[in-house]
Amino acid sequence: MSALSGYRDAENVRRIAAQIAQVELPRPVRFMEVCGGHTAAIYRFALHDLLPDAVRLVSGPGCPVCVTANDFVDRAVALAQLPDVTIATFGDLIRVPGSSRSLAEARARGADVRVFYSSADALEFAKTHPERRVIFLAIGFETTACTLAATLAAAVQSGTRNFSMLCALKTMPEALRTLFSAPGVQIDGLILPGHVTTVTGMAEFDFVPREFRIPCAVSGFEPVDLMETILMLCRQIEQKRAAVENQYTRVVRQDGNPHAQALIAKMFEPCDMPWRGFGDIPQSGLAIRKEFAAWDAAAIPVEVEPAREHPGCRCGEVLRGMIRPKDCALFGKACTPEQPRGACMVSSEGACAAVYHFAAEER
Amino acid sequence: MSDSVVTLNHGAGGETMRGFIKQLFIESFANPLLDTLADAALLNLPGTRLAFTTDSYVIKPVEFPGGNIGKLAVCGTVNDLAVMGAKPLYLSAGFILEEGLDYSRLERIVRAMAKTAREAGVEIVTGDTKVVPRGECDGIFINTAGIGVVPQGNGLSPLLVAPGDAIIVSGTMGDHGLAVLSAREGLSFQTQIESDCAPLGDLIGGVLKISPGVKWMRDPTRGGLAAVLTELSEGQPFGVLIQEAAVPVREDVKAVCELLGFDPLHLANEGKVVMVVEESAAGGVLEILKTHPLGKNAALIGQVTEGPAGVVRVQTEVGGVRRLQRPAGELLPRIC
Repeated sequence: MSALSGYRDAENVRRIAAQIAQVELPRPVRFMEVCGGHTAAIYRFALHDLLPDAVRLVSGPGCPVCVTANDFVDRAVALAQLPDVTIATFGDLIRVPGSSRSLAEARARGADVRVFYSSADALEFAKTHPERRVIFLAIGFETTACTLAATLAAAVQSGTRNFSMLCALKTMPEALRTLFSAPGVQIDGLILPGHVTTVTGMAEFDFVPREFRIPCAVSGFEPVDLMETILMLCRQIEQKRAAVENQYTRVVRQDGNPHAQALIAKMFEPCDMPWRGFGDIPQSGLAIRKEFAAWDAAAIPVEVEPAREHPGCRCGEVLRGMIRPKDCALFGKACTPEQPRGACMVSSEGACAAVYHFAAEER
Repeated sequence: MSDSVVTLNHGAGGETMRGFIKQLFIESFANPLLDTLADAALLNLPGTRLAFTTDSYVIKPVEFPGGNIGKLAVCGTVNDLAVMGAKPLYLSAGFILEEGLDYSRLERIVRAMAKTAREAGVEIVTGDTKVVPRGECDGIFINTAGIGVVPQGNGLSPLLVAPGDAIIVSGTMGDHGLAVLSAREGLSFQTQIESDCAPLGDLIGGVLKISPGVKWMRDPTRGGLAAVLTELSEGQPFGVLIQEAAVPVREDVKAVCELLGFDPLHLANEGKVVMVVEESAAGGVLEILKTHPLGKNAALIGQVTEGPAGVVRVQTEVGGVRRLQRPAGELLPRIC
């Protein structure tokens, strides 16, 4: 961690904040971050507090848990009821409400739902428990897709047939295209996800400045990183430019990680994917390739209830950056991190949960 | 729907648990002693004041780096007495054992209880054992109750807390929570982090003997420092402001927290105390704490403030101010 201490230096942060305040902006601007790690860092370090009023930050569809649609949770809950099934999941998905219940509630009623930190551990569990059918809930973006591809390849190679994945992996570019094409979306700059671009490279996002004239910068996750990124975006606006710049040069390379890209392409193929708040977005997801169908839990026949959204839940608008969490009538009242109505209140990376936990002002 | 059965959230130390305890237990058992919701009840008996507390231990795994469920069952109950200003004296021990529990493991647990009780200067004077069929409990559950004597006029009362008071912690935050998480199935990662599990009677007794000015104490167990500070300020006319940079956290605990998306201020501790101290006495209290092995990393982390009322705020290491709340239910690692 000591290597990072410079990136948390209060003096550095103050210096950059002063530079941001000096940029001549033509109007108040709104920058969107589309990575849950950025959302969490912005709130955890209270960076809003350090920015001038003319620079506002809004959260986009960057938390993989939050953009997971109800029908995925419903299918997972239904699968959990089948005999001998163990649902293996990343932590925060367990609290995401489905149409009528979450995995945590299914667990309280007797389903075998287990939290794993990594998919590799879940595969190990399947190998040591041959009597269980272990279904891993594969959600996340390109970063997670890479580790899941490695686990899936290991399951195939070892012939572990009691392990499968229910896949709802998503890819960022098409979701951004859909978002910026929608009427009424006012975003002046895009903070690009540092981990995703580590895998994909930067060219994936060239279309954003080209088609939408929106300045972009890839950002790291420390306070100094994010403040530098915000400064870069402000300067692009000041200079009337729109390009994809890289603040996170210590990690992100122009062409990303070709090895990871190849691994993802070997195990998964692009598919249409439903996103919470956006509906179906063509070619914005990853599905397990046909040749590995034996490891695809989507093929397991199960009765799934018809998906219903929660009345009053405005997660979709929050994810599109149309409203702030506090504009939702449920926020902090009917919807809290312990009793979430919508997914944005579940994950520590969700925009609503971040505001609920960290916002200094009274709710 | 979600209220129709008990879920793990009902026991996770967050808002759900507090609401449920108030609605069900406090309402059913209502009496002025219970209503205080303190770590121990203070009983005024002829000629003496006793502190009385109970706690059940259901930790998984039962043996973890730095301790086991037996050591924890003694420390937890002793510490609940100590933070009420009591000198812990006697414990009871109730065991619920699962058929098939490894006998040598049980011996290790009981030996750890005996050793910790000796260190804490308490005696285990009554007990009970039940064995349940395989699958009906998770290896071993332990309940301990404890009593201690409260010396006259130790000056502890939440009513005395006022703006300007200093907030002091006796050491690093989050060690126990992370030690247990790291030993839990599915979250295996290599660390050297050990639980801080320790009896605090001696440390706290030493401070109270020498320094007046301590107004309120809690041991930040489930829910961590965040839960304690929220409890301190909830519904009160004052607020709390702490400096994140001043809160002692081990480097490796910080690193794992970064990785998993946890806040060290939400993680459990089992050998730490949070004290609210009269401003003028803070330096002296800190010095006394630092001379004790269990208090060598003690630090002044913040103050009680005029406002905003009932709110705990944290000044982050880079200068922004955010709110600090109880963790919401179970701590779950984030996905990426």
